[in-house]
Amino acid sequence: MRMLIFFAMMTLAAQVPYDRIRVNGEGNWLTYSGNYQGHRFSTLDQINKANVAGLKPLWIYQPANAGRFETSPIVADGVMYVTEPPTIVTALDPRTGRQVWRWERNLPADLQTIGFGRVNRGVAILDDSLYVGTLDGFIVALDRRSGAMRWQTKVADYKTGHCITSAPLAIKGLVITGVSGGEAGVRGFLAAYDAKTGKEVWRHWTIPEKGEPGVETWGGESYKTGAGTTWVTGSYDPETNTVYWGTGNPGPDWNGDVRPGDNLYTNSLLALDAATGKRKWYFQFTPHDTHDWDAVHVPMIFDAVVKGKPRKVIAVANRNAFYYVLDRVTGEFLNGVPYAKQTWAKGLDDKGRPEVIEGKEPTESGNLVWPSLQGATNWFSPSYSPLTRYVYVAVREMGAHYFKGEAIFKPGTFFAGGGERALPPDENFGAIRALDAATGAMKWEFKLHQPPWAGVMATAGGLVFGGSQEGNFYALDASDGKPLWQFQMGGQIAANPVSFLVDGKQRIAMPSRGVLVVFGLN
Amino acid sequence: MIFFLCLLLQDPQDPIQQGKKLFQGQCAVCHGIDGHGSTGPSLIRAKLPRAADEAALLRVIAEGIPNTNMPGSWQMSEREVKWTAAYVRSIGRVAEEKLPGDAAAGAEVYRKSACASCHIVNGTGQGYGPELTGIGLKRSAKHLRQSIVEPNADVPGESMTVVAITIQGQTFVGIRANEDSFSIQIRDMAGRVHSFQKAALKTLDKQKGSVMPPFDKLPPTDLENVVAYLATLRGDQ
Repeated sequence: MRMLIFFAMMTLAAQVPYDRIRVNGEGNWLTYSGNYQGHRFSTLDQINKANVAGLKPLWIYQPANAGRFETSPIVADGVMYVTEPPTIVTALDPRTGRQVWRWERNLPADLQTIGFGRVNRGVAILDDSLYVGTLDGFIVALDRRSGAMRWQTKVADYKTGHCITSAPLAIKGLVITGVSGGEAGVRGFLAAYDAKTGKEVWRHWTIPEKGEPGVETWGGESYKTGAGTTWVTGSYDPETNTVYWGTGNPGPDWNGDVRPGDNLYTNSLLALDAATGKRKWYFQFTPHDTHDWDAVHVPMIFDAVVKGKPRKVIAVANRNAFYYVLDRVTGEFLNGVPYAKQTWAKGLDDKGRPEVIEGKEPTESGNLVWPSLQGATNWFSPSYSPLTRYVYVAVREMGAHYFKGEAIFKPGTFFAGGGERALPPDENFGAIRALDAATGAMKWEFKLHQPPWAGVMATAGGLVFGGSQEGNFYALDASDGKPLWQFQMGGQIAANPVSFLVDGKQRIAMPSRGVLVVFGLN
Repeated sequence: MIFFLCLLLQDPQDPIQQGKKLFQGQCAVCHGIDGHGSTGPSLIRAKLPRAADEAALLRVIAEGIPNTNMPGSWQMSEREVKWTAAYVRSIGRVAEEKLPGDAAAGAEVYRKSACASCHIVNGTGQGYGPELTGIGLKRSAKHLRQSIVEPNADVPGESMTVVAITIQGQTFVGIRANEDSFSIQIRDMAGRVHSFQKAALKTLDKQKGSVMPPFDKLPPTDLENVVAYLATLRGDQ
């Protein structure tokens, strides 16, 4: 009997069932943002304000290929899983950085990534499988013990410009993935697959078809090249079985003349029933966007007192430079304020719709607008700390001259209709800003030399970790933003940090160009 | 009829203009609308590291660069790739101009004016100011003329002068060699490199202007001659 219990426990320990991911404990990092609520918050506190000055690199891992290393590692029961460019999954020993196994996707020679990098941002884990989206448009299940492929399902055709770069989201029995391709005029969607078999369970199109509600927000037949992709991992509320996912820019990006109207459901947050993929509500941040301000950032789920009332909310620091707080049950707009310089809207009305200033659209001779097309923030993660009740955002303070050009649709090619000329580097800067999560009021800021491409992670040790464009990996005091520690990684940081335990000791992992470094106190 | 057929068959008057249109549609998303760079690198440079010669540039545009974010362009015809290449070359490299000055006399003006006390040409001189070995490829005669007479008119980021005062009160003046969010590296007049943690500085003043004195008293002939000399410096960078 004892033996049986032992084996039963062994089996359980080897598995990462949904309930373990939901609880998010034991010093693991089991989903893209660390928890389903999108917090990228570590509950570990061994590394804290008092001792972070002694943080040291313990090991370095070098990926096989050059290129941007944007992975957010998953750590489960003593194994770390990373993705490497272009589509490689590697299991590492988190004590030493030595490889346990590697799986590499054989990508077709004619694969194009149109408007984005040949990158991958991580795997999802569920039970004894790992899930990865591939640049050639497949979702693949791997055995997490050996790296052997268990199944693969085609999500979309790469020849039309679709790709997958984001980490999937694994929930009870399902693996959900978004797609890229917003600069190629694809039709965006979010799709869910049976975790055991790879069979598609639902597909939610982000752009309506003829006869469907929302299609009236697209002039003529412009909905056919409407884009609205879903290229960053969303969040999930287990209490209501709701998936929250952001959508990207309308196509073509900078020439709005050919698509008059609000262009639903681009640049929106979608709340979907996880069982069916049916939409519960939507909120569009930037109607009729002409600046490429995708709303795909990770949304953060928490409860807060807003205007004197306790609310179940979802918050987004948007690429368009506004911070939004919505009721996550109904989608009702509760609060919205700018958190970075913006010159395109007077503000938001009482429904959260921007009061757009006239004459801020791209022109043939160029029109200077803040923020730049990379936005006031971008795909890299924000963080919510339940201890400080602040949202931490990596902010890009940068303007650009926006140009409008001709857009000719040919499947599998750029369908952008213009571009930008950014201001010279010394006129731009970056910052980490702490916002009051309920109101968006800025509590502190830490300035960065250049606009960053790295996300942040707050911890129970009272710290916020982040990365700079110039390669500094650093820790700030979560309560006042004072810098407490930094390490030069030797190359641009374009990734998100994670934290976990190895042999009971806290570790922090951060990728940079060409390296993954794991840090600890001893 | 034959006239119209000819119109269809002939190359357009200006391949650079055709290339510009294609560039704005297919390349501007990453390289910026005029090639100054965005998420992709700037192409405003005399030598493209991945495209040393014409054949390499055509191949990079047509086939992309493996294992990087640079896609190929299967949708473009051979002629369109050539137009795009012509445009890319035109933005990065100054075409040779017929100039009024005498380059040999200009070299003498350069020597007499002690330009080499701050600039290097083919390994000769001091490197406080920008290296000039390939300056004729990068800057037009108009820009060169302006930079000599009025150095503050356009100061490139790599020539920024900074004044750093440490908490102990020591002052360091030099060209910014590099900077990140926590530190700055400064090269002084003697070529020594100083590195500072920003937290250890009392003040850090980034000056907008150039330390180069304006040569606005040069006789017009000397000015034209030295511009002609600099324009001949089209060596490798």
